[in-house]
Amino acid sequence: MWISKTIFNHFKSRLNFTPNYAPLSLLSPRRFASTIAQNPSTFNSIHDANQVIDFPGGTVKFIPEMRFISETSPKRIPCYRVLDDDGQPLANNFVQVSEEVAVRMYSNMVTLQIMDTIFYEAQRQGRISFYATTIGEEAINIASAAALTREDVIFPQYREPGPLLWRGFTLQEIAHQCFSNKYDNGKGRQMPIHYGSNKHNYFTVASTVATQVPHAVGAAYSLKMDKKDACSITYFGDGGSSEGDFHAALNFAAVMEAPVIFLCRNNGWAISTPTSDQFRSDGVVVKGQAYGVRSIRVDGNDALAIYNAVQAAREMAISEERPVLIEALTYRVGHHSTSDDSTKYRPANEIEWWRLARDPVARFRKWIERNGWWNDMAESELRNSLRQQLLHSIQVAENIEKPPIEDIFNDVYDVPPSNLREQEQWVKDTIKKHPLDYPENISA
Amino acid sequence: MATLFQGVGAVTPFSASSSLDSNKLLLPSRKSLSISDSRGSIFVYRSDALNLKAATRLQLSPGHQKRSPSEDLLLHQSRGSFGAFGLYLHCLRIAYPWHELLLFEALREGLEEEMERDPRVCVMGEDVGHYGGSYKVTKGLAEKYGDLRVLDTPIAENSFTGMGIGAAMTGLRPIVEGMNMGFLLLAFNQISNNCGMLHYTSGGQFTIPIVIRGPGGVGRQLGAEHSQRLESYFQSIPGIQMVACSTPYNAKGLMKAAIRSENPVILFEHVLLYNLKERIPDEEYVLSLEEAEMVRPGEHITILTYSRMRYHVMQAAKTLVNKGYDPEVIDIRSLKPFDLYTIGCSVKKTHRVLIVEECMRTGGIGASLTAAITENFHDYLDAPIVCLSSQDVPTPYAGTLEEWTVVQPAQIVSAVEQLCQ
Repeated sequence: MWISKTIFNHFKSRLNFTPNYAPLSLLSPRRFASTIAQNPSTFNSIHDANQVIDFPGGTVKFIPEMRFISETSPKRIPCYRVLDDDGQPLANNFVQVSEEVAVRMYSNMVTLQIMDTIFYEAQRQGRISFYATTIGEEAINIASAAALTREDVIFPQYREPGPLLWRGFTLQEIAHQCFSNKYDNGKGRQMPIHYGSNKHNYFTVASTVATQVPHAVGAAYSLKMDKKDACSITYFGDGGSSEGDFHAALNFAAVMEAPVIFLCRNNGWAISTPTSDQFRSDGVVVKGQAYGVRSIRVDGNDALAIYNAVQAAREMAISEERPVLIEALTYRVGHHSTSDDSTKYRPANEIEWWRLARDPVARFRKWIERNGWWNDMAESELRNSLRQQLLHSIQVAENIEKPPIEDIFNDVYDVPPSNLREQEQWVKDTIKKHPLDYPENISA
Repeated sequence: MATLFQGVGAVTPFSASSSLDSNKLLLPSRKSLSISDSRGSIFVYRSDALNLKAATRLQLSPGHQKRSPSEDLLLHQSRGSFGAFGLYLHCLRIAYPWHELLLFEALREGLEEEMERDPRVCVMGEDVGHYGGSYKVTKGLAEKYGDLRVLDTPIAENSFTGMGIGAAMTGLRPIVEGMNMGFLLLAFNQISNNCGMLHYTSGGQFTIPIVIRGPGGVGRQLGAEHSQRLESYFQSIPGIQMVACSTPYNAKGLMKAAIRSENPVILFEHVLLYNLKERIPDEEYVLSLEEAEMVRPGEHITILTYSRMRYHVMQAAKTLVNKGYDPEVIDIRSLKPFDLYTIGCSVKKTHRVLIVEECMRTGGIGASLTAAITENFHDYLDAPIVCLSSQDVPTPYAGTLEEWTVVQPAQIVSAVEQLCQ
């Protein structure tokens, strides 16, 4: 099938031939172009018969020299950026962002930054069991979400709460999830930072690495079948790109022509594994072409570059029905999580340098201030107000009771089967018999 | 979990789990009768190789399945009509029209009916499209429904299962076909960590109405890697349901039920059963995913089995009947959860249990079934439960060796004789 389609398309282009089929809707029966192989001998008469061979997959030129393709390119793939380190635009060819959107983006980036700081502290104080920060990657989080619409579905890894904040998930809801209380969307079933909200088209985070990447392809397939004006986007890190699921998902997306954006946050570290131990390719962007996926490398700390790239990728994904791979280069300023101390495997001054000199939030702030859209007073107001809000949310969430016992057993299936109901009754009976052995803030 | 399907009158609850597909609710287009639910009297046509018994009128009570029209499928094929009896059959057919087909065709029929009924149903797997599937279960569907609804995938089981999960969460109802169940071991991560879990961890926000199906079991010299019995590995995963089909009748019914279920369902087929022929009703029917099938009622001993072993058991049953025993044979069909109601009623009647399975001895379906029966019906047992299963060895290739890793009718007969002493 593949050879005949390639031959058919080539034939078409050579002879200005337009195919004689009406474009059918996706839901009606449709076949790929042709399943009848063209006769190779007629084909060779068009080309110089000595220069090509026609294996399955299409014709290739042959050469008598044995030439290996080098494992590296002399030059690395260049990186797209809009603003320099000082927040000055490098050129004028970027999509302008309105004041409203820019200020909203900035506020969300600050929110994310402060939220991370405070929740991290809360974990250190023993108030929540676990947390993972997104420090250093605020631009990727917020700018990518700003470039999408509410209809685009998001499949996150676990370092992307930004899109949720952008779409209106409140700090109080974040706190509820981190404290696993009864107001958590997930009913207290997942670890902190494993947010999920179907209302916001943000699929629940699973701890498993890169399993969400094929999910996003499946969702894109579904959107394509329904002919929706939406794409799916999935985030993963440099480490996640080593998983088998990443490779197969890119391959599938290309073959199925699915409207999905693969956004790799290459932040240099997979817990303690630096990228030099993760892969030997020129980052993740070069893997796109290997699978037939259009790709671009972007400065992940430049909010405007991310915004522009994601917007363009979304347009391509939906109108051309193709996957797009974006590698956003950045740095993981925080530790992998609260269970990690990254000073054990990287120098503390390197972390500090990236935190201060390359802060994406500060860089974007310089740009909006230069445009007259922001100032010091607005900054301190925002930060104070956020701090108050967060401390209040944490306090509220901490005092709310945990989900009821039934929620251990509900939602395993659509309706609880008899064996689970029995097990639930057993747990409740045990709690009644030994109330002192069980925490007080669970309702039986 | 979906309880007995009530027939077309009840709207199957499709949960609008994501905001993307709010307009997709569809009602079935034809009137259908759920035979599993009917209390009326029906004709059951029983036949064996030598003579055609007259039809008997039966009163069905809830919890019992309509018996499949022919029992000893491996031993004979139904013949056409003869003379007066042929006329009788002809009248029967007008009253209750049926058609004859093979098991893989029954699966295809079930699949096609569901695809016709609901445009969200789609199939994905290796070689399911133009090729029609390695066992021809999806033959002709790609031509009819297009390449997008019957999707050929590259070879990456974990990833196309993941894709199916993502599609299911976004509003489709995919059926993922593993070319051989053994290949789904590669998909274990997605099945266990995501398929079974995401409905729960998302707090019920996202449902995964996916069906994962494929042929498994010991075939004819397919080698160890292609003779896996995965039901024992999957049975612990919370959040999934498992069913095993064994006849064309229940294959079609279970396929349809699995597709309509809101939970992820794994449908186990068997490589050697695809060419079984049986007559199935023309009218639409859906079976329950949690019910066992009473194959042969009896008084002396309960034999629990599923999939291919059902036929070995029925073969042994013939010998046992000649020797004067009256075994009750139940095809458990539902591997997770077990239909402890049907099984329990049987145990209370016969007080002896023999489990015949193709799984390995250690950690197999039989092992957990033994535990479940002992826990629940210990007082009703007159003898310890005996479980006949395959040995804990990879399936050897040599034909004679392979035959002896699978439970044979002779072993079943001697086990029954020993239990009934």
